[in-house]
Amino acid sequence: MKADPHGVLTGTHFLDGDHACCEGALAAGARFAAGYPITPSTEVVERFAARVPMVGGSFIQMEDELAASITLQGAVWGGAKAFTVTSGPGFSLMMEHIGYAAMTETPCVFVDVQRGGPSTGLPTLPAQADMMQARWGSHGDYEIIALCPNSPQECFDLTIKAFNLSEEFRVPVMFMMDEVVGHMTEKVVIPPADQIDIVPRKHTHKSVEEYLPYGTNGDMVPEMAHAGEGYKFHITGLTHDERGYPNMTPQTQDKLVKRLQNKIRTAADRICLLEEDGLENADVVVVSYGITSRVAQRAIDVAHERGLKVGKLRLITAWPFPDKKIGELAARVKAFVVPELNLGQMVREVERASGGKAKTLAVPHAGGGVHNPEEILRAIVEASRC
Amino acid sequence: MAKGRVSIVVERCKACGFCVEFCPTHVLSLSSAFNSKGYHPPHVVHPEKCSGCDLCGMYCPDFAIYGTKVAEVKSTDAAKEAKAAGGEK
Amino acid sequence: MLNVVDDTINPVEPFLRTDRMPHIWCPGCGIGTTVNSFARALIDSKIDLQSLALVSGIGCTGRVAGYVKLDSFHTTHGRAIPFATGLKLANPKLNVVVYSGDGDLSAIGGNHLIHAARRNIDLKVICVNNLIYAMTGGQTAPTTPGHATTSTNPYGTFEPAFNLPHLVEAAGAVYVARWTTFHVRQLARSISEAFQKKGFSFIEVISPCPTLYQRRNKMGDGLDTMKYYKEKSKVKNGAPTSEVGLTLNGEIAVGKFVDRDRPDYQSMMRAQYVESLGDRYVEEPEMECVCG
Repeated sequence: MKADPHGVLTGTHFLDGDHACCEGALAAGARFAAGYPITPSTEVVERFAARVPMVGGSFIQMEDELAASITLQGAVWGGAKAFTVTSGPGFSLMMEHIGYAAMTETPCVFVDVQRGGPSTGLPTLPAQADMMQARWGSHGDYEIIALCPNSPQECFDLTIKAFNLSEEFRVPVMFMMDEVVGHMTEKVVIPPADQIDIVPRKHTHKSVEEYLPYGTNGDMVPEMAHAGEGYKFHITGLTHDERGYPNMTPQTQDKLVKRLQNKIRTAADRICLLEEDGLENADVVVVSYGITSRVAQRAIDVAHERGLKVGKLRLITAWPFPDKKIGELAARVKAFVVPELNLGQMVREVERASGGKAKTLAVPHAGGGVHNPEEILRAIVEASRC
Repeated sequence: MAKGRVSIVVERCKACGFCVEFCPTHVLSLSSAFNSKGYHPPHVVHPEKCSGCDLCGMYCPDFAIYGTKVAEVKSTDAAKEAKAAGGEK
Repeated sequence: MLNVVDDTINPVEPFLRTDRMPHIWCPGCGIGTTVNSFARALIDSKIDLQSLALVSGIGCTGRVAGYVKLDSFHTTHGRAIPFATGLKLANPKLNVVVYSGDGDLSAIGGNHLIHAARRNIDLKVICVNNLIYAMTGGQTAPTTPGHATTSTNPYGTFEPAFNLPHLVEAAGAVYVARWTTFHVRQLARSISEAFQKKGFSFIEVISPCPTLYQRRNKMGDGLDTMKYYKEKSKVKNGAPTSEVGLTLNGEIAVGKFVDRDRPDYQSMMRAQYVESLGDRYVEEPEMECVCG
């Protein structure tokens, strides 16, 4: 399906990541957002508030993130594509409802423009310290998809991807920006609507009598219906069976929770987007994401000048984590270098997935700025000597 | 001739006593019988006093009882007879 | 199972998910009684059931969503109102009812309650108030009267309780009524009236919790409580809401307290956009349902 031209601001623009993300949402067909102001994410919804009355749809600034994160889900069940936008403290408040979206299989997008934490931290400065939270922040066993753009252009392109993945898998997608990507201004090219592919909602075609809200025909993703269409379905956050009715037994729990997990894990190869460069003969692979990947690129370039065999693996998809890729690389490289704007989050995943076959060097940063490429280069040099 | 009739869904009853208490004409009382959960459901002791007001149905928290006006019942019987006679498909 | 002699049905039956009966509410609990009034109101108002959505939170009353045969959403604790707001904004043709309990709506959900009333979002809120957190075993709620015994105030409560009609009136609700589960017909009528109104309607229903609230406070069972409601309720239509607070064994002021007119959220939104944007305002998105 192609994008609705009403939401596509075709042309060449000079936008920051926040603004580009909003345009991506509109291009993806989002016609509802519920938000709450929080630096450095606020511009996304400010722009949406300005744009949506002329595109069709609505925006509501709710009284807190607890409300915003569930209001958007009501809108989804009312028929819209919806999202919200926040940063660390708001992301923490939204955790219960991210779990609700995962449990009820509500397709939606949560944008987190990461800033320094913990707590109020550094409202106007970057970090990448919500990465584990994106994956594990809510209680219980569930899976999400997380994407990490590294430029305003990607904030546009990957937001569309986020919405598409959310609809395909009926899962909340975490769009993990950071304050630098959100506030840097670069060229953003928005193509014509007919060049933008969007995934429509997986709406049921079954009759009212046949339809089961959580019935799956082999495919692990059930078909959806909206309120007001006569299906008279029931949705609950309690452990439920295929009818959507609460069914709180270990057997139902096992079946449901494993399906929620497997619908993502079995499709991990398809979902994982990676940018690879020079991996074939690499001794050292730099694994990075978001703004750090651009700083890392500088370090990699200098390393190449010095004759070091360094490859690049950029996590465009951070979750599900590309276990397989890391496992394959670990078998033949000496070491991974993982720079992040945190004190070690995704590096743990690299370590785990490498199964001890290659060394993993973290290049942590407490946040508040970006790495000096020197720091990453030093780690690359050290890794090369492993 | 009673103006109404009470229908009781014995298995749903939890013997709260609302229907017995609030029936305006005291048609009901709790029986000595048990349902499978061990509750004593109500039974009709004064059928002739039932007006079919359905207050019992409005009060019942378990959807286990309701009253209907006899005229309604009559028309349902008439419909049944018409069906039997082939008056309706 | 049905030992009826004819094929009449209970008027509430078509509104129930009969495959889930009997329900989990205790003997003498009043929640089921409120559902009868709700069903009666749906029949009397001739509401189109297809465009009716019911949203509940967590708690005993929250379980209503699972028992009614409507598009129903059992959401998170305290957040039925914002979920309902999203539903309504995305599909303004829906009639959205929020059916939840006193703890869910006024404690954890209190913030959302007052904001939705302030905004005058077109929602019909039925608040079943059993003066306690029942589902979790009888803890103090913001509505528990002073000097009551609860599991978290084992020596008696000492906090003042919310006067919910007063709270929601002050926040901006356009229709505020209170009944008890004894007042089945009046409750049905209030719900019907709320359906005729555009804006934030709030109907409080005082209901027994014989297992916890009444038992711990030695107030008898559900039937005793219903008799207390019958005896101690006083219909005071139009009473100032500041005067309708509840006490442990005192008088219960019931009636329709507030019935006023104020433009609802969506009317105000539309008016503002039309004024600011004129022809450029696009009310409905082109692709209403981005469906395959």
